[in-house]
Amino acid sequence: MTEKLTVGFLPLADACLPILAHEHGFAEEEGLALNFQRDVSWATVLDRLLYGHTDAAHLVAPLAIAATLGRGRPAQPLAVPFVLGLNGNAITMSAALAGRIARSGKFEDPRELGAGLASEVAARKRAGSKLRFGVVHRYSSHNYMLRYWLAGCGVRPDEDVEIMTVSPPFVADAYASGEIDGACVGEPWNSLAVERGVARIVLATAQIWRRGVEKVLAVRSPVLEARRPAFEALIRAMRKAGKHFVDPENWDGNARILARPEYVGGDPALIRRAISDRLVLRQGGEPVHFPDFMFQHSEAANFPWVSQALWLYSQMIRWDRTPFATGEAAAAAAVFRPDVYRSAMQDTDDPLPGASSKVEGSVAQLTSVGTQQGVITLSPNTFFDGDSFDPEKLEEYLARLP
Amino acid sequence: MRIAIIDESATRASIIEDGLAQLPDSEIFILTERKGLVPRLEAIAPDVVLIDLGNPSRDVLEEYFAVSRALARPIAMFVDQADDEAIAASIDAGVSAYVVDGLSAHRIRPLLDLAIKRFNAFARLQADLAAAEGKLAERETIDRAKRILMDSKGLSEPEAYAELRRKAMSSSRRIAEIAEAVVTAHDLLGDGA
Repeated sequence: MTEKLTVGFLPLADACLPILAHEHGFAEEEGLALNFQRDVSWATVLDRLLYGHTDAAHLVAPLAIAATLGRGRPAQPLAVPFVLGLNGNAITMSAALAGRIARSGKFEDPRELGAGLASEVAARKRAGSKLRFGVVHRYSSHNYMLRYWLAGCGVRPDEDVEIMTVSPPFVADAYASGEIDGACVGEPWNSLAVERGVARIVLATAQIWRRGVEKVLAVRSPVLEARRPAFEALIRAMRKAGKHFVDPENWDGNARILARPEYVGGDPALIRRAISDRLVLRQGGEPVHFPDFMFQHSEAANFPWVSQALWLYSQMIRWDRTPFATGEAAAAAAVFRPDVYRSAMQDTDDPLPGASSKVEGSVAQLTSVGTQQGVITLSPNTFFDGDSFDPEKLEEYLARLP
Repeated sequence: MRIAIIDESATRASIIEDGLAQLPDSEIFILTERKGLVPRLEAIAPDVVLIDLGNPSRDVLEEYFAVSRALARPIAMFVDQADDEAIAASIDAGVSAYVVDGLSAHRIRPLLDLAIKRFNAFARLQADLAAAEGKLAERETIDRAKRILMDSKGLSEPEAYAELRRKAMSSSRRIAEIAEAVVTAHDLLGDGA
């Protein structure tokens, strides 16, 4: 019997896995018929998920935790059985700002760029103004990555600069009208701003936290329990889509599919840049290869590590300025569901980690990790400042953050 | 009660405004521009904000409300759990509502019901319009198919139409579908003219 699932998404390159699972027949192979609901704000993606217009949603990871904890609205438990990808976002700056502090014309060194930015921020302060940065949502990894980097470079995100919310498709407009000096968003919206000549790409978020968790597939917890086989089938279909997605043979075809107006829309050439890890950093520039700019499949990239959820929670209380609470931390951790992922993938030849949590930022070289099945070698997952996050020592971590 | 309606479709905004005008003691403000939304909203100081689900400014708006919690008149999302049914109905209709903290449910309910009715009415209008446009496109296709039959088989216009109709009846399909097939076949096989 075919099970129908409706998936909500925002037009971004990292909505690719459910879309390609549908387009290439992987969902059908697993007995699923997928429908899609395209929206233009995360608030609407979340509303449609909570009120049953959709069964699952492409969502910014911290928002799944915020909804579960009841931040900004009454609590509704969400579950994340699958991470849609790691990294894949960039930091851009207006041509004027980049011209002063981003001199290399390549992906900059995060520490050097941060030092340049700190002196720029100080100069602005003396002149009585603040730089303005756009992020896509208060509860987004974009916001947390940007803030982590700023704070690590001595720039206080709430005092020294202004951080505002900008919908991804309008980032280029916000640059053009002078509303923002910098931004952290997903693709293809950085590339669009570059193409319009209003901004330059200066950093990849992978340079701030390599292998950092990005979008997730979110489901209402009671719905996940009620339709467990259907969601496990979706997980398997998306793993197959991921394998297809990372194969260079398929880059052109997949870029054309994603560029269709019912999905991301726009120019396939722009979408291909993120898919192929080859970004054009400034208008008219040559593509620059940044390996693993977007990381959607290998090294069990879709496995929902509980430590990822807890890192997001650490940043949530850091920037919401709320105290650490054991019960809340446990609820945040429980949003990520490695048990569901495992149950979906056991009896396949896909490798499965043996643990459900790891010390984030601790792997500085290729490391083999214990597995339940198969072999997994994790690449470095460092934070730019060399710190690491041990989920067992969350309070110690919070205490030493700048 | 000060009501702000944020909608990039000026037509829909005015249809909703019309509906809400029957509410007593209400002042309605329409915001259709994306730029400068937050400062305008701050100046209006609304008790209720209605915004369509398809509006790209929703995240910007929610960020402003989150920050506004520190202000004198904090705005919360309209998600008093007791009224979950009303929210579900509004989401179904395609509208999201935010209200100032402390505004009582009995004042919000009628307002929300009216907004939902108006949103649904607009959606019906759109559907009718789309259907009318579809019919128009179908008529053009049928006219083209008739022309093709007239030119290639030397038929008169009524004869060409009768031909299409006969084929439709014998294959239990719609005339528009047969016409579409004739046009496609002609484009593929024809002399390219």
